[in-house]
Amino acid sequence: MSAEKIIDVRNVSKWYGAFRVLTDVNLTVERGERIVICGPSGSGKSTLIRCFNRLEAHQQGDIVVNGITLHDKMRNVGEVRKNVGMVFQHFNLFPHMTVLMNCMVGPMWIKGVPEAEARRTALQFLERVRIPEQANKYPVQLSGGQQQRVAIARSLCMQPAVMLFDEPTSALDPEMVSEVLETMTGLAREGMTMVCVTHEMAFARAVADRVIFMNAGQVVEQGKPDEFFGNPQHERTRLFLSQILKH
Amino acid sequence: MLYPDTVESEVLVHKPWFVMATFAAILAVFLAIDLTGTSMGEFMRPVIGEPAESGLYGRFAIAFVIAVLFCMNVVLIGFATLKVQIAIVWLELLLLFLAFFKTFNLSLPFMAEKLPFLITQGLFTTIYVSAISIIIASAIAILGAVAKLSTNGFAYAVASFYTSFFRGLPLLMQVYLIYLGLPQLGFIIDAVPAGILALSLCYGAYMTEIFRSGIQSIDRGQWEASRSIGFGFGLTMRKIILPQALPVIIPPTGNQFISMLKDSSLVSVIGVWELMFLARTLGQKTFQHMEMLISAAMLYWGLSICLELVQARIERHYARSKIR
Repeated sequence: MSAEKIIDVRNVSKWYGAFRVLTDVNLTVERGERIVICGPSGSGKSTLIRCFNRLEAHQQGDIVVNGITLHDKMRNVGEVRKNVGMVFQHFNLFPHMTVLMNCMVGPMWIKGVPEAEARRTALQFLERVRIPEQANKYPVQLSGGQQQRVAIARSLCMQPAVMLFDEPTSALDPEMVSEVLETMTGLAREGMTMVCVTHEMAFARAVADRVIFMNAGQVVEQGKPDEFFGNPQHERTRLFLSQILKH
Repeated sequence: MLYPDTVESEVLVHKPWFVMATFAAILAVFLAIDLTGTSMGEFMRPVIGEPAESGLYGRFAIAFVIAVLFCMNVVLIGFATLKVQIAIVWLELLLLFLAFFKTFNLSLPFMAEKLPFLITQGLFTTIYVSAISIIIASAIAILGAVAKLSTNGFAYAVASFYTSFFRGLPLLMQVYLIYLGLPQLGFIIDAVPAGILALSLCYGAYMTEIFRSGIQSIDRGQWEASRSIGFGFGLTMRKIILPQALPVIIPPTGNQFISMLKDSSLVSVIGVWELMFLARTLGQKTFQHMEMLISAAMLYWGLSICLELVQARIERHYARSKIR
């Protein structure tokens, strides 16, 4: 049985001026798959997932998301983005709106969902990330972990086909990391398709179907967590894992 | 906020050295100025005798009394709460101004007679011209700011030429250029529209820069979050970026509004019957210039205070999302 490809990346390269950030990256994400991308800083992992909803442009190769090919002349980039949720390292909640509004505006303004229904959906997802009681507060009144969970709920309200996580726990206090990871684990259990850039290796081991290791803009190695952590093939992967797992 | 330190020190105006220094300074200033010929001299007559003949003793006595009164005033106000302090000082300064105006021997009946026309014609025109100009200037400013931030070379060039030109010429000259220059091209333009056009273009240029810096102050992450949800440029700008830029934009824009209110007096040179024009012409016939100028000054000031209050209200409104 061939599963449906949500994201298909073929021979993608990207340059910042003369500097090549991505080199011939190939990657597919199937529906229901949970993928963790790790690698040293500057290896292009964030840049890669930011290409998936075209927050960044790639210069070579093809990226097909949900059946739509991304390129610089496309008119329907909104079609892609409304089906791809993204959670950022620094949350990027809208500070001038309440938590509830943060979750309501996407469905209301993009999908034309009536306000009452948007409110119901928003409350339902805030419930799911376990902060319905903060609905009427403003983002600055929340802790970092709570803000990140709101950001997850905001993305979920759009009912996306795939969720992208760009180092969602790197800006959090150690104590708050677990509440966000638990939320993400819960999502994974429910079958959400996810691509996570993260350094949380315990999370990768527990949740990921596939772990991808990137270095210097290239996919160096990928595999099931057991193989990946138990028997890394490449020298660079072993070095990275020994550094990151030492602590 | 200046965020004062949590370590309370003694109130400045209750420190002996400060009070002494103030006392000495006031004494010195009023020793230097001869007040014996003024109403202050008359007031001191029981102590210093005939003011004109009191000489150095009279000067010293007057300066001493003023210095004592001033220092007592300052020390006493120091005991009040912040709000009471502000109210008292405002009131005192206002009274001083009234005393200053009183020295002009203004003819109150004349002012009362002319005031209604000053308000219905002059003040009305001033408000009318400024309000329309402010609205047009804001619209220009948003367009200009977006153009200046865009990657479109044509838009950027037009916008930067515009801001450079209209910020670079004196407003008075722009008023003349538009009123006298446009008819050369075949557009006969009335004084009021010419004035509105000049004010809008000039203030639009300044406000373009204000709006641009406001938009630029918003973190890139906000754009990305908005785009990642699927919002296009218009929605992102209207609903995400501008509402957040407003708290940054409002204080300098309030400044511009107040400034515009008074700069609208420049269009009096092309014969618009606004407040300044009437203030100068109404008093001319009877040589009662001061009466009209002071009346107009008070009207301008009153309007500015209204705008200040509006600005404060809006700023409070936008402070909501910053509460901790």
